[in-house]
Amino acid sequence: MEALQAVLKNPPINTKNQNVKDRAEALMLKVLSAFKSSDIEKAVQSLDKNGVDLLMKYIYKGFEKPSENSSATLLQWHEKALSAGGVGSIVRVLTARKTV
Amino acid sequence: MAYHSFLLEPISCHSWNKDRTQIALCPNNHDVHIYKKDGTKWIKIHELKEHNGQVTGIDWAPESNRIVTCGTDRNAYVWSLKGEVWKPTLVILRINRAARCVSWSPKENKFAVGSGSRLISICYFEQENDWWVCKHIKKPIRSTVLSLDWHPNNVLLAAGSCDFKCRVFSAYIKEVEEKPGPTVWGSKMPFGEVLFESGPSGVSGGAGDGAGGGWVHGVCFSHSGNRLAWTSHDSTVAIAEGGKTSTISSLSSETLPLLCVSFITENSLVAAGHDCYPVLFVYDGTKGSVTFGGKLDVPKQTSQRGISARERFQNLDRRATSSETTEQGLESLHKNSISQISVLEGGKSKCSTFCTTGMDGGMVTWDVKSLESALKDLKILFLCSQSLKSALKDLEIV
Repeated sequence: MEALQAVLKNPPINTKNQNVKDRAEALMLKVLSAFKSSDIEKAVQSLDKNGVDLLMKYIYKGFEKPSENSSATLLQWHEKALSAGGVGSIVRVLTARKTV
Repeated sequence: MAYHSFLLEPISCHSWNKDRTQIALCPNNHDVHIYKKDGTKWIKIHELKEHNGQVTGIDWAPESNRIVTCGTDRNAYVWSLKGEVWKPTLVILRINRAARCVSWSPKENKFAVGSGSRLISICYFEQENDWWVCKHIKKPIRSTVLSLDWHPNNVLLAAGSCDFKCRVFSAYIKEVEEKPGPTVWGSKMPFGEVLFESGPSGVSGGAGDGAGGGWVHGVCFSHSGNRLAWTSHDSTVAIAEGGKTSTISSLSSETLPLLCVSFITENSLVAAGHDCYPVLFVYDGTKGSVTFGGKLDVPKQTSQRGISARERFQNLDRRATSSETTEQGLESLHKNSISQISVLEGGKSKCSTFCTTGMDGGMVTWDVKSLESALKDLKILFLCSQSLKSALKDLEIV
C-alpha cells in the first residue's frame, strides 16, 4: 500500500527524458501486479482525486505495452479506478498534454 | 420540464426574445428560424436567410429587439425588425476564419464575436457613417475562441478558447461609453488589456497536470460580475473570484466534458454537456471549493418487471452480463449532447427557469423550483428568498 503511495508521489511528468519515464512506468507495473485482487479496491479508495487520475494515466500507459500477465491485472485496476474516478478521469487521461 | 422536439437536426445555437415568446434558432444549416409560442405548440414565423455558411451564434438583444448572427462564412449580420420583416445589415468582421460565437453587451451598444482566426471582434455602431465598425483583440489568444460572456459593467469580456485558457479582457470603446469604474478584476482597462488569465488547469500542488487542461467550452460571469466560471474539455469546472489572483477552485467531474455553463444564483451554477443531462454545482465562497450538487434530470422510475429467461440469454450474448438493467436508451430527456443553456426567467442571480438545446434537435425548459422539490437533497443557495411560481405559470407568458 505504501509502495503505491510512494510511486505515485513524484511522477515524471515534466521530464523529457524517455528513460526516466520508462523506468517509472516499469516500477509502477511491478507495484500494481504485486497487489492481491482483494486489496485493489482498498488501495484505490485510499487515493485522492488527483491520485486516481494519475493512476488512470499509468494504467493506460501500461495498456500500450502488454506483457504476459500485465493486461489482466491492469484491467482489474482499471475497473476499480473507473468506479472511483468516473468517466471524467479517463477524459483527463485523453486530454492531458503532459504524459506520465 | 417540458421537452419539445423542434427537428431532427442538431440545434446549433438559439436565443430568446425579451418576453420569451419567440425563439430564434439555427437548425444546423445556413438559416435562422424564428418560432413563436402558441399555446403549447411552436409555429415558425420567420426564416432569416442571408448567411452562406452554417450559423454558429445567435444573440437576441432584449431591449433594442435586434438579432445578431454570425456564421462560418466569416460574416455577421445585425437584423432589425421593420414592420413584419427582419432586415439584415452586414457587419464586416475582417476575420479570415469562421466566426464561432456572438454576444450582445449588456447595454446593447456593442457586440463581441469570437472566431477561429484567434481573435475577438468587438463591433460598435458609428453614427456618422451609419455603419458597424469592429476592433480586434488579438493578443495573447493562441487559438479559436469558443465562448464569450460579458461582465455586467459592459466593458469586461470573458473568453474561453482552445488554447486551454479562460481570459478576461477589457473591451472598452471610448467612442460609445465613458470610462468604467474599477472592479474586482482590475482598475485600469484600456482596450484589449488582459485582466485575468486562468493558469494551466487551475489546480496547484499534488499530482495535478502541468500545462494540461482542455479546450474551454463555456464561460459565464455571475450576476454581480465578481465570479467567473468556465468548463473545460478535461471534464473540469472551475470558478475564479476576481481580485484574489490565485483563487481558482476547480472540480474534476466524473462526467463527460461539459459544454455550457450558466450561473443560476450567486453560488450555484448549472452546466450541461456530452452527458445529455444538466448538472448542478455549488460554490462555497468561504472555503473556495466547488462541489457537485446533483444531476438535474431525474428519469421516471420504470416499473420493475421480471426478466424472462430468454432475455437473460440475449443479454448475455449481447452484453456479456445477465443483469436486469435495460439501459438501451438514454434515460435523460435529451438524447444527445446538450450544446447551449440559456436563462429564461430570473436572471443569473435568482434564476427560476432555464432552457437547454442540444444536438438531438430538442429544447427542454427546466423549472428550478420543481427540480428542487423533486430532488430533495439539492441545495440551491439563494441570496434572498423568492416568491414561488408554478412551473406552468412561468412558461405561459402572454
